[in-house]
Amino acid sequence: MSNTDTRERAYWRATLRLTFVLLVLWAAVSFLPGWFAAELNSVDFLGWPLGFYMAAQGALLVFLAIVWVYANRMDRLDRRFGVREDN
Amino acid sequence: MSSLAAFSCRLRRYYLLYSLGFIVFVCLLAVAERFGLTPHWIGQIFLFATIAIYASIGVMSRTSDVSEYYVAGRRVPAMFNGMATAADWMSAASFIGLAGTLYYAGFEGLAFVIGWTGGYVLVAILLAPYLRKFGQFTIPDFLGARYEGHFARVVGVFAGVLASFVYVVAQIYGVGLITSRFIGIEFEIGVFVGLAGVLVCSFLGGMRAVTWTQVAQYVILIVAYLVPVTILSYKITGIPVPQAVYGRVLQELGVKELELFSEPRENAVHAQFRARADEYARKIVDLPESLAAERIAQVQRVNELRTTGASAREISGAERALRDLPRSPEEARLKWEKVRQDSLARSVNPAAHAEAFPGADAQSKTSARNNFLALTFVLMVGTAALPHILTRYYTTPTVREARRSVFWSLFFISLLYLTAPAYAVLAKWEVYSNLVGSSIATLPHWVASWARTGLVRVEDINGDGILQLAELSINSDAILLLVPEIAGLPYVVSGLVAAGGLAAALSTADGLLLTISHALSHDLYYQMVNPHASTQRRLVITKSQLLVVAVVAAWVASMRPDSILFMVGLAFSIAASAFFPALVLGIFWKRANKWGAVAGMVAGLGVTLFYIARTHTFFGGSMEAAWFDINPISCGVFGVPVGFIVTAVVSLLTPPPSAEVQALVDYVRLPDGEG
Repeated sequence: MSNTDTRERAYWRATLRLTFVLLVLWAAVSFLPGWFAAELNSVDFLGWPLGFYMAAQGALLVFLAIVWVYANRMDRLDRRFGVREDN
Repeated sequence: MSSLAAFSCRLRRYYLLYSLGFIVFVCLLAVAERFGLTPHWIGQIFLFATIAIYASIGVMSRTSDVSEYYVAGRRVPAMFNGMATAADWMSAASFIGLAGTLYYAGFEGLAFVIGWTGGYVLVAILLAPYLRKFGQFTIPDFLGARYEGHFARVVGVFAGVLASFVYVVAQIYGVGLITSRFIGIEFEIGVFVGLAGVLVCSFLGGMRAVTWTQVAQYVILIVAYLVPVTILSYKITGIPVPQAVYGRVLQELGVKELELFSEPRENAVHAQFRARADEYARKIVDLPESLAAERIAQVQRVNELRTTGASAREISGAERALRDLPRSPEEARLKWEKVRQDSLARSVNPAAHAEAFPGADAQSKTSARNNFLALTFVLMVGTAALPHILTRYYTTPTVREARRSVFWSLFFISLLYLTAPAYAVLAKWEVYSNLVGSSIATLPHWVASWARTGLVRVEDINGDGILQLAELSINSDAILLLVPEIAGLPYVVSGLVAAGGLAAALSTADGLLLTISHALSHDLYYQMVNPHASTQRRLVITKSQLLVVAVVAAWVASMRPDSILFMVGLAFSIAASAFFPALVLGIFWKRANKWGAVAGMVAGLGVTLFYIARTHTFFGGSMEAAWFDINPISCGVFGVPVGFIVTAVVSLLTPPPSAEVQALVDYVRLPDGEG
């Protein structure tokens, strides 16, 4: 097995790890507040019932954060493993 | 890179100037309105000025280069691709319909808000960077290369065209609706005016022209969406940031709802609607005798009025009632059933706005929750599988830019989706606190003018001269268009909203038409029928397909199919179950092979279509046959897992894919490197 091969394998493993973690976070934010919406609604959050807030704004802000973190982390991985495309 | 940076800088300057120019244009129109420019003219100016802008961008971006035509030369910077994707994504349904859906459905409507944004997480981390690295022209291209051969490609073309076509018909229908309501031209003519606007772009410059037009359309649509609600928010709360302050209004709305829902007069109105529903139920059972009796009674009434010398208005009213009577018992059954359902809905209080999963008992609450989650899931996965969105990520210069571009897409989309719930709450607050309970004789002017279109109806069923909540009905598509008038804004704002709705519909229609015509000309013709076709011939074929598809779509839209909204909902389930498993496994699981993918796509799509046919009344099914009480719109929730499982099982039972395909998978996983 050549050197590039192991390097590429390590890069792909790191990518998978990041993808998996973010995917779990995505699933949690998408479905847990919906499942518990009735219970969360009894909590007040800046005027909103929390269940309503999570579905109307909270989840969206977390989605934005996930995509942002992914783009930056992958950038760093590209550089660390030297697989960044040269323009 | 430096030439790209310079290009991006130049673009930013152009679009900044363009946005400022647009704002100045709106301000000028507002001044002109002060000096007596009529609404009719304002509507026309908005329509033709914006279409002229799109057309000139289309003409300036005309091209006959294949890469420019299919993927805009792959040099669209991340932020601009984000804006174009946002315009591509936000359709007439998002722009016009979502606020109204949220107004009526309250919490449950939020499934659309989470679903239509959360899908971008899947696009970002599972698909976009890899598709960009693959770097061909269409989604069936990927399926064809990854799953060796035409079979997967053909299934991809079929599902893609099916999903995109119903979607594009809905957009063109939306264009007809907006132009006919605001410009006062006929619906059918409006459809073809809109069509001309779409075609001039996509026809001359393909993806390149469509991209730059979509950026321009995004600017118009977001300005149009934010302006009215910002002013309304300022009027109600004193703070012009609706997204941040509507929580407080929601709280007060909750108090108001409790007050209204227990009002004795409101309850009396409910009882009267219930009585009406019962009466119609009886009449439906007694058909056809009841229809004949009804006719005799109406004829008698007309004669009676004539002989007693009643006013001309009363007589003509009675004559109209007689004329509008159903002609056959079948027609009567449909018509009366509608009235019965409507009356029944008005005989109970609507659910409180913020309440999650209202229901009479634990079982109906659970079923509401399951449907909410299922719909969220389907909309997300469907978003991540709609070909017209995915192909947009072929157009960025690099993999890195593709990842950033998804962030920008979601950012620009969220601006609208964070605002839509605020629209619903603020409009509802205005209606509940200012309109309901006021005297019917002194209702604001807009109520009467919208009543003429049939979108707003007021019926004083208890005859007390006061408007009760149940006596008012507003079409859900009208909520957004009404907000400028509820807030008492000048007509120029209404014109702006109409221009925004038009931009939303046209930009989505553009993207969809390109996807369909590329699938037909590139995937079917070039890849399968005639792989030796010259570049020029390929473009000629693409353009003629575009024309044919556009005209067929406009023709279907001009027949005003009732079922269009329902079909759009299905487009998500169709795309989700047909594409998502094959695309994701194609990237993340090397062992997935041709047989697995084709079997998975067919099985997923099959289960989805089977479930719709089984449960939806349109196909003669019924909800009694439903699994876990899941509504037909969410049928993809069964199709997607079936697609995954079948792909996996069949792949494992058949030989692994060839070495070249395994190398292709390695190739798309790494941002750098040659294949």
